[in-house]
Formats: sequence, C-alpha cells, structure tokens
Amino acid sequence: MHRPMTATPLITRPEGLYCPAGDFYIDPMRPVARALITHGHADHARAGHGAVLATAQTLDIMALRYGEGFAGARQVAEGPLRIGDVTVGFHPAGHVLGSAQIKVAGAGPSVVVTGDYARTTNPACAPWEPVACDIFVTEATFALPVFRHPDPAQEIGKLLASVAAFPERAHLVGAYALGKAQRVIMLLRQAGYDAPIYIHGALQKLCDYHLSQGVALGDLRPATVARGKKGDFAGAIVIAPPSAFAATWAQRFPDPVICFASGWMMVRARARQRGVELPLVISDHVDWPELTTTITELNPDETWVTHGREDAILRWCALQGLAAKPLRLIGFEDEPE
Amino acid sequence: MIGAFADLLERLAFTPQRLRKLDHLKRHFATQPDPERGLALAALTGDLGLRAVTPSLLRGLASDRLDPELFAISYDFVGDLAETIALAWPDAVPAQEVALSDLVAELRDTPKVRLPELIASRLDALGPSQRYAYLKLATGGLRVGVSARLARQAVADFGGLDLAEVEELWHGLEQPYTALFAWAEGGAKPVSAARAPFRPVMLSTAIDLEGVQTLDPADFAAEWKWDGIRVQAVSDQGTRRLYSRTGDDISGAFPDLLAALEFDGVIDGELLVRRGDAVAPFNELQTRLGRKSPSAKMQASHPATLRAYDLLLWGGHDLRGEGFAARRAALERAVAGLDPMRVDLSPLLRFATWDDLAALRADPPEAVIEGVMLKHRASPYLGGRIKGHWFKWKRDPMRVDAVLLYAQRGHGKRSGYYSDFTFGVWDRDALVPVGKAYFGFTDAELKELDRFVRSNTVERFGPVRAVAPKMVVEVAFEGLNRSPRHKSGVAMRFPRIARIRNDKTAAEADTLETLRKLLPD
Repeated sequence: MHRPMTATPLITRPEGLYCPAGDFYIDPMRPVARALITHGHADHARAGHGAVLATAQTLDIMALRYGEGFAGARQVAEGPLRIGDVTVGFHPAGHVLGSAQIKVAGAGPSVVVTGDYARTTNPACAPWEPVACDIFVTEATFALPVFRHPDPAQEIGKLLASVAAFPERAHLVGAYALGKAQRVIMLLRQAGYDAPIYIHGALQKLCDYHLSQGVALGDLRPATVARGKKGDFAGAIVIAPPSAFAATWAQRFPDPVICFASGWMMVRARARQRGVELPLVISDHVDWPELTTTITELNPDETWVTHGREDAILRWCALQGLAAKPLRLIGFEDEPE
Repeated sequence: MIGAFADLLERLAFTPQRLRKLDHLKRHFATQPDPERGLALAALTGDLGLRAVTPSLLRGLASDRLDPELFAISYDFVGDLAETIALAWPDAVPAQEVALSDLVAELRDTPKVRLPELIASRLDALGPSQRYAYLKLATGGLRVGVSARLARQAVADFGGLDLAEVEELWHGLEQPYTALFAWAEGGAKPVSAARAPFRPVMLSTAIDLEGVQTLDPADFAAEWKWDGIRVQAVSDQGTRRLYSRTGDDISGAFPDLLAALEFDGVIDGELLVRRGDAVAPFNELQTRLGRKSPSAKMQASHPATLRAYDLLLWGGHDLRGEGFAARRAALERAVAGLDPMRVDLSPLLRFATWDDLAALRADPPEAVIEGVMLKHRASPYLGGRIKGHWFKWKRDPMRVDAVLLYAQRGHGKRSGYYSDFTFGVWDRDALVPVGKAYFGFTDAELKELDRFVRSNTVERFGPVRAVAPKMVVEVAFEGLNRSPRHKSGVAMRFPRIARIRNDKTAAEADTLETLRKLLPD
C-alpha cells in the first residue's frame, strides 16, 4: 500500500518544522528568517521572524498581539505561491479567524500541515476543507477515544439554564482571547441571548477585530466596576481569559459561578483542578471521531502526528494498518485551546 | 430519569459549597416525580442497597468493546474507571431516557452472571454523562461530596421540615420515600413502624469563662467532655442499634458494644476505645471507626465502649420530659446493671464555684478530655441545639506559631482569593508542613493573606502556590494525634488561623519538637 518516500519534504529542527526545498519553517517556535504561520495562537505565531507569510487575518492578529513590528516583512497568502522548489497553498482550517492548513508540494510527496483544525461549524471562520496529500501532518490535542465533544449548542444551553437558576450570581466564563471567547459569544447569540455580555479588558482588541471582519457579536460591554458595586454583575455573563480567575480581578463579582469553555472540560478531574463549577465542553479542535474520520477520508500514505497525545492515534493507525509516526516538536503548549 | 440524575451528580461534583449543594438537591426534589427523586435520595444516603458491581466486571466490559491499549491510554489520562468507560464507550444506538426505577429494579433482579450483559446493553443506549451516572449507581460509590445527613437536610429544607424529625423517622421509612416526600409537600407526617428508631440528640452551645459568670453554679451539674464520638445506643425488643449524633446507623462497625446492650431503652453517651479504665486516644477510635466489619483481632485490640451521659427511654418509659437530675438518677440505676467493661458512667464533677470548675478544667485527669460540660439540673432532654440548657466549656485550644508555606484558591464567595493555607514548623533547619487551615481569619486578614500570597509566590503547582517562607501565623487547634501518613508524624484536629503574627519572623516560629510535646502519651 505504501509508496516509498522519495525525499522527505519536511524535517524537524530545533527551531521547528523545516522545508529544505523552500528554505522556510512552518509555525517555528524560535525566530527564523522565513516563517509560514497557520494561525494566530501564541504557540504557533511568535514574534521576531525575518519574514512571515500567512493569511491576511492571521497577519492582522499578530500585529494586534505583538505590535506592527512583529516581523521584518510580511506577505499575505493568496493563491498558490512558489517558494524555492516548492509550491505552497493556504486552505481553511476552521479553527479560529484566519486559520489555515498549509499544503507544500514539490518534486517529492505533497504534505499538508494542519496547524490546529476543527470540523464543527464555527461562524467566525471559513469551514475546514479536505486537502488531498501524500503526508498528512495532523495536530492531536484531543486524540483520545474519551474526547467526543458534544454539540456546543447543548453546552451553551447549560450555561443559560444556570444563569436562569442563579439570577443573583455572576457567571464568569473562562475562554481564550482569540477564538474561544468570540465563539462563546456567538453561541450565546445563536441561542437567543441578547442581553449585554461583559468582557474582560484583555478580550477587547480581538473582539473589536472580529467586528471589523464582519463577525457579529451583539452588545459587548467592558467588565469594569469603576463606579459600581458588586451587585452590578448579578445575573450577568462575563467572559474573561482563564488566567483572570487567579487574579484579583475575580474578587469584584458577586459569588461568581466559575465556568470554563474548553474541550478539556470533558474530564471531571481537569475541571475540578481548575476550580470550575460549570464546565462547558466547547472546543475548536477536532475530537477523536473527527480526527479518525479525517485520516480515513484523506487516506494519506503517511500520517505524522504533532503536539498532543500521539500514543492513542498512533495505536489507532496501527490497528487500521495505516503508516504513522510521531513528529516530536518541542515548544507547543501542553494545553492549547 | 437518568438524565436528570446525571445532571444532579454533575452539579454536585463541581459544587464545593454546602449551601449550593443544598440548592441543587432541593431543585432536584422539586422537579422530579416519585419514585425518581426518592431513588436519587436513597443513592445519595447510601441506602439503595444494590449489590455492588465490581471494578473487574467493568474492566471486562471495557475490554470487550474497546481496544485494550486504547482503553489503557485513556484510563491513564482520565484517572477514574467509570468515567473512562462512560466517555470512551462507543455510541451504539441513539441515547434514550430511562427511569431510575427501571434501572434500579433490573440491577436488583438480574442474576449476577447476567449483569455484564445487562450493563453493556444499557451503556449502549445512554449518553456519556448518563453512562457515568449509571455506572456510579451500579458500583455504589457516588463520591459527590454529599453526606447522608446533607441529603436529609435537603429534604427537610425542601419541605420546610425539622431535620431532627426527619432523622428520627429515617430508619423507619421505606424506599423510595414516597411518604416522606408527601409530608414535605404538605401531607401528613409518616408514622415510623421501625424498631429501635433514632431520637434527636440534645446538643450544647459553647460558653467561656465570662459567660459562666452569668450562671448560678448551684443550678448546674458538670461532667467531663470526652473526646470520642457521641452516640445513641438503642435496644428495643431485641433490635439493637448504635447511631451517630446525626442519626447514621453505625451498628455494623461495633458488634462488641452492641452485644453489651442488654437492656430495653435508649442511652446517650460517648463512644470510646477503652482498655480497663484507660481511654485510648481519639485516633485509635478513628482506626476502629474505619473498619466497616472489624476483625476479631481488631475488636480485641481496640474494644469499643460506651460512657453514658443520659437516659432517654428505659423499660418502656419516656424520660425525656423529666429534669436532668431525675434522668441522671435513673441512668445511674440503669448502668449499674450493665457490663462495666463495656458501659460505664460519665462521672459528675464536684464543684461549688466556677473557680473550682475552672481549676478542674485546667488540669483534666486524662488527655482525651476536651473540656467540661454544664447541664442545667432542671432541663428536660431536648433534641437539637437549644441555648440555655447544656453548655460546653472547652479547654483552651492549643496554639503554635507556624510559617505559611502553600496556598490554594477558594470557591464561591472566596473565588479569586487564596484562602486555603498549608503551614509548617521547624524540624532542625527545614520547615515541615504540619497542617492545613481555611478558616479562623477575619475578612481583613484574608485580604492580607491573599496579598501576601500574590506578592510572595515562588512556585506554582496547578492551583497551588508555594510562597516564600516569611509569614508567621498563629494556628489554634483542638488536639494533636500521631499520624504515620503525614511527613511530620503529627496531625492536628480543627486547625485554624487565629491571627497573623507580623511581629514575628519565620525564624521565630515553633519547632516540631514543641509540637511533639503536645502529643498524648
């Protein structure tokens, strides 16, 4: 079944995943001369590269996060591009606004690097597209059979039920600033929740950016109590990066219900470790059924597994008679989301 | 319905605060019909009595449906067998709602050899959180941080009933507690037909030296406050029971004491491990309490005994309406006829003035005495904690100056505050942790502690922060036991942070040696 590899199109180096034929890196963890970036999350998009090629939105997001001088030069990825001896293409990954998979094709086998990807509908970004390839380099954040993420609408239903049951308490929803926060807001709006939603200051810039890109988020207000009292947030939904819960910031709310929107919330011990009272399983990564389905559908000659729990998916590939190997890259966060 | 029960378990598991747990339980009782809410209640109080499904049965089920290696990797990550199976079990058919009553009935009625098949077919037709609830129900270990008493408290709150009345009735009620819920919803109070029921225990309120000065010593009897477990020993026409003060039936763990209840009546007393006249330290009683069915060897090495305080019923007469003095006289006659190695009297203390009593209290004859009890000679036996009748005048707490080592964030009203503290004392030139405290401080002190933790963090372990060993706190506690499980070798009872000692440096904190001197002999 497996064609022998003629040449290895990508290799790992201390800086990250490197393409010798094009002399560039994909999502490198250290500053390099030329970087192709899949999306704006901090463990993929770092500042200080010589030149960056990414989607227009990812470039905008990097500028928002790191300042306009985040790289020596930048180029918007549009259509197929020739770099050295290879052609690269950016295709929607369905993960967060601007996210892309990167296809690299040259003399040898073609490769698709997924970055992070999701196959459930996310109205903030273009849906994931299957891209045919010989080597499929996939993320494996939730690559365990226990991860079968429920319908996010059902999870938002839990949040709204809790808000109705405890109108005297504030609901603080932990959600990462890029992607998850806007996803939660959109899910609330889809569920018919049209009251103001309060956001932590750290979310403001990225929410504003989503608005500028035509993503409707409804009435957002800053979660500040400059003049107010604790009771001001009774019954309100407040969205903040999870790190804010450890800060004095959380002390201002009336007997808050701590919620956390994350795929990790499937596992009780994980939720309890974080002191979460209402876990919301809302993920922007593929879960186990989606990951195995994707590999089955694309049917690549080889699957390379990057950050995450690669043991289980390698075992699954072995059981299916599919060629797979771990791609041990350092520097990705243990718990991206 | 299993779905509603699964939601309840999920809420309880993630709700650390007692009052919030009560809210969730009340809501469940208000929204679920009979017999579903009654079965949920029985599951929470541990009274469901299903034959326990074993972990090995569950492992067998899992290996039939899932690749063993994939299952092992998953279990390693999740850490809980039932949860791993609930999450990883393949969805075979669309999930259906099932009544708890159906699930409980078939688990009861199915022969053991056919249980795996039954459980597998149920898992096939449930969603993940329902599978989890079902497996917890079948294995009998809910572990959601709800005690039997808290569950009964929730029923009482739900119906505006008196908890003491609910507890008195409890052992005579039949599952699924339809009569209890009917009472809670305005119907008639059920009549208990059970033998040897529990009667609400009379409790005391705390008093101090200043408080006793307002009382006339001639009105009060005094006795030692023994540091064991308050129990009610009941023997009713051949049925014998030992209840905790909250009405939990602990008879099974103390067959040796039960055998000595050769009477017809109800005695209130303290459960102690006693060898001859010597009372063993509290942790020996704890060892004994930990064995649900103690071996003969354990019964011989840790004999359970009753030190009698009061008499509620005797030979068919209810003495609760009489004054303490009359009941005490009856108690002395009653105990005289029992095996003195198993049941003895808590002696009355002789005193004329409060100063006399204060002197006795300051120097008790045994280490397992935690103060004195004052009982008004005219008071009837009243269930519950009613002021003015019984007072506990506890020994002053032990105190030690310790250094703050670790802190963890609190929940609910303390969200965002570091409010759970681990502290240590010096063992030569190192600080060893000796306890954990999460109360005792004022709101202002909490803010100060929180600020200190934030600005002195040296390391983080998940939700826990290690802090620079600089802050000294005065820790008050009620007693000290030897503990092989703690690195320091000692375990404090009810430790709390009495105050912050900004006047002391870490070097001036106490040593483990000082603490060891407080250990009972």
